[in-house]
Order: sequence, then C-alpha cells, then structure tokens
Amino acid sequence: MTDDPAVAEAVALAHRKEWAFVLAATARVTRDLDLAEECVQDAYAKALTVWSATGIPARPGAWLTTTARNRAIDLIRREASFRAALPLLADEEVANGPSDSEDIADERLRLIFTCCHPALAPEAQVALTLRLVCGLTTAEIARAFLVSESTMAARITRAKKKIAVARIPYRIPDAVDLTERIGTVLTVVDLLFTTGHVAPNGPDLMNTELISRALDLGRMLTELLPTDPEVTALLALMLLTDARRAARLDTTGRPVLLADQDRGRWDQAAIREGQALVRRALRRGPAGQFAVRAAIAAVHSESPSWETTDWSEIVGLYDVLLARQPSPVAALNRAVAKGFAAGPEAGLAALEELATEPQLATYPYAAVARGEFLRRLGRDREARSAYEEALTFTENAAERATLRQRLAELSEERG
Amino acid sequence: MARYLLLIHDNEADYDAASAEVHRAHDEGHEAFAREHKDVIVGSGHLQRSSTATVVREDGQGGFLLTDGPYAETKEALGGYYIIDVATLDEALAVAKKLPYFGKVGDAAVEVRPMH
Repeated sequence: MTDDPAVAEAVALAHRKEWAFVLAATARVTRDLDLAEECVQDAYAKALTVWSATGIPARPGAWLTTTARNRAIDLIRREASFRAALPLLADEEVANGPSDSEDIADERLRLIFTCCHPALAPEAQVALTLRLVCGLTTAEIARAFLVSESTMAARITRAKKKIAVARIPYRIPDAVDLTERIGTVLTVVDLLFTTGHVAPNGPDLMNTELISRALDLGRMLTELLPTDPEVTALLALMLLTDARRAARLDTTGRPVLLADQDRGRWDQAAIREGQALVRRALRRGPAGQFAVRAAIAAVHSESPSWETTDWSEIVGLYDVLLARQPSPVAALNRAVAKGFAAGPEAGLAALEELATEPQLATYPYAAVARGEFLRRLGRDREARSAYEEALTFTENAAERATLRQRLAELSEERG
Repeated sequence: MARYLLLIHDNEADYDAASAEVHRAHDEGHEAFAREHKDVIVGSGHLQRSSTATVVREDGQGGFLLTDGPYAETKEALGGYYIIDVATLDEALAVAKKLPYFGKVGDAAVEVRPMH
C-alpha cells in the first residue's frame, strides 16, 4: 500500500481508464477469465507499492499489462499440469500473445463481445460487462442492481462458467453477425445508463457511477467501432440525456419534468458534443433506434423552452421510431407531442387511440397527459378526474405532490 | 474441438396433423442437413413419439418404479438429436439454425448443450 496520494490517484485513474485494456490483453495470455482477473488485480495492488518507490510510469496501462501478463505466465508455468485440465477460452486463432497496439485495441472488443454474448442472459451480460470491462467489484454491481452480493456473485460465476464450458468464443464476431452482436452490446450499455438515470430510489453514488461507466463504455465503443452509426448514436443519446442532469431534480430532490426544467442549467458542452454525434450518425445511412432516440433528444436540447420545441419534428421522429420498434410508451410520447404540434384536440384524439393499450391502462403519465389537454380545452371537470385517476396509479411521493398541485391550480384558476 | 448435443424439441401434434407432403419435405430437409454438415456430425437419432416412453426410477424400497409416458409432459417433446463436433458455441449455434424446423412444421426449439 501507499501513503502517497499522487500514486493512489494514478492507480485509481489507471483502474478507471485502463482496466478493460489490461484485462483483455492478459486474458489473451491466460485464455481463462478468472486467472486473468486475478493477475490484473495483483498488478494493480503491486502498482501501489512499486510506483511509490520508482515513480509513476509514463504509460501506466503498459506497465500494468506487462506486470499482469508476467504474473500470468509465471503461474501458468508453475501450474502447467493443473491448468491443462481446465477449460480454456475458445479462441482457435490464438497461438501467442499479441504485440502491436492495433491488435490490442481489438483485445477490448473481444472482451466486450464475449461479455455481451447473446447466449448469456441479459442480466448476466450486464453483470459481466461491469465486472470484466469496467472492473467494478461484485459488491458494487450488486448495490447498483439492488440484489444481494451473494446473488450477484453467483450470477457472475455462472456466466463465467458458461463462457468456458459452452466455449463461447473469445473473438470479434464475423461480419454477417456483427450488426446484430453490436446491437446486443449497445442494449447492455443503454440498460446500464437507464438504470443509473431513472433510479427509483433517488440519486445515490452508485447511480451516478453507473451513468459515468455507461458513458465511458459509449466512448470506448465509439473509439473502437468509429464507423457504426448506432454506436455513435448511443453515445449521443446518453450525452444529450445526461446533459439535463443538473436540472432533473429540484432542491428537495424531486424529479422535474422536462417541460418544467430550468434549461439554463443544462450542460451546453455535452449538448454540443451530442448534437455533433447525432449529425454524424444520421449522415451514415438509415437511422436505427438509437439514432432516432438521439435525434429526439437533440430537438429538445436545441429548444430554449418547452413551448418553443419543434413539436412537428418530434412527432415525425416518433413515427419513425414506432415504425421501427413499436412500444406503448413511445406511442404515448408521440401522442403528447402531437397535442403540442397540432393542438390539444389532436392530442386528445391521439391519446384516445391508445385507450385500449393494456400497458398504458394504469400508467400515470397517460392520465396526466389527458388531464393537461383537457385543461387546455377548458374542460376542467374532466381534467380534474384525469388527474385524480393518475393519483391512483402512482405511489411516488414526488409525483403525487406534483399532481395535487395541478389539482389545486385547477380549482384556483377557474374554481 | 468440442462436442455439442443438439436436442430437438418439437410439437408432435402439429407434426401429426401435417400432410404427407410436409412429412416428405421434412425428411428431405434432414437428409440435406446431414449432407451439408457431414464433416461435423458425430451421431444422430430420430425418436419415436413421447407417448411410447417409459421412465425408470427407484421406488425407495430396493425396487424400481416404472412410469408410462415421457419424463416431462409438455407441448414440445424431445423428438430427435444430433451430436456435432465444432470449435465454439457460435459454430454450434450456426449449425443448429440450419436444422429443417425453422419456418416449417410447427414450433420447434433446439437446445444446444456442450458435452464433456
């Protein structure tokens, strides 16, 4: 261990930035994820003492990789006969370790595609990605997903065992499967981000951590797969959504609706970066689901207020999204946008079309949207009953307070 | 290389209701599959109806208990298997997707299990 804060900080930074790189390069030597993890953890521990004595190396990632791989080679030699009996990572192309840096960039992709293999359950993909690609501890992952540490440990162990025993290949998928496999990876990153973003139990350190890990992964993927438009679009979507972070909660920690957010508190640097990425994604052929979602976020991000939003553009984008991937929540958002683009009558009619949608039947936002349009039309009595209906669908204290306020305003204005 | 067992679970009722022409097309599908993958197929078998199965258990008193019918009564029953020898799960899955079930008779599911 070390008492030198500069060394501790350098090790923490290298953990954050280089973990995936070091682990992926070490796994190539060990061809066994558990052994690779063990050697990489050893290397980080060793860095704390060695760097205190000899100074922080110019390329911490290279130092850690060499240290972890030397340890691995040492262990493999010592336990040659023992390890020969264990299942190895299936990778028929590999004879020797990699050397040039171009190859090493691919190493991280191998690791990501293995963690997000479609033969693993989605929750296993998420857990493995956080553990192996991001280097989070099992305890941290368990806390983020609100399960016990032993449950999470069992989930990770089972997934690693399946990779070894079923011989999930440690490689970048063939061109024919690549688009679909990238889709699985993006779904995992999107899920990490969303879990951090819509935390049901309010803002806590772990949720912020998930958001920033998802952004790190998005940046890593954009660097490794620079020509894939959906990869670019997912990073854009996350940046544009996270740009609103400072305005999403009021001083008492209650969520603030997009309509009511103080747009002056939005992160303009993130918005600029996100908008540029959306444009880049849309230039490269037909828009995928992330490109459309990012484009919707981009339209909101460039509008100075809710009222001045380009609602017809939003309606058009939701039409594209729904044609590609029907979802009741997206259909509801489209109906709301329609109401702002073409007036409350049109909005009500669009909501009416969704009245039989079972998933929306007890969804408070559907009733809230109906209430808003009825209020604008001066149909106060119906508006009041829509808000009251919404109240019965939500237990969330912040949402209930907002609804009560709307009801009070209705009585005040025209009561 | 590693061996995988492809367990074919299909719907017997759908198959029984299908025409002779469909049955013939299905058999030809298996022959074509076997020809196409002859380099990796190690073994295969076509099972009789699950209603002809007998399950053997111990009765707990030193003897055996026999049950008429399959081990698990489900809509989809184990109808056949292939054993293939390929390098990775991805290759095994690619072979499984070529089985003459998908888009043809009824709903089939193929379980791909690695073997020791």
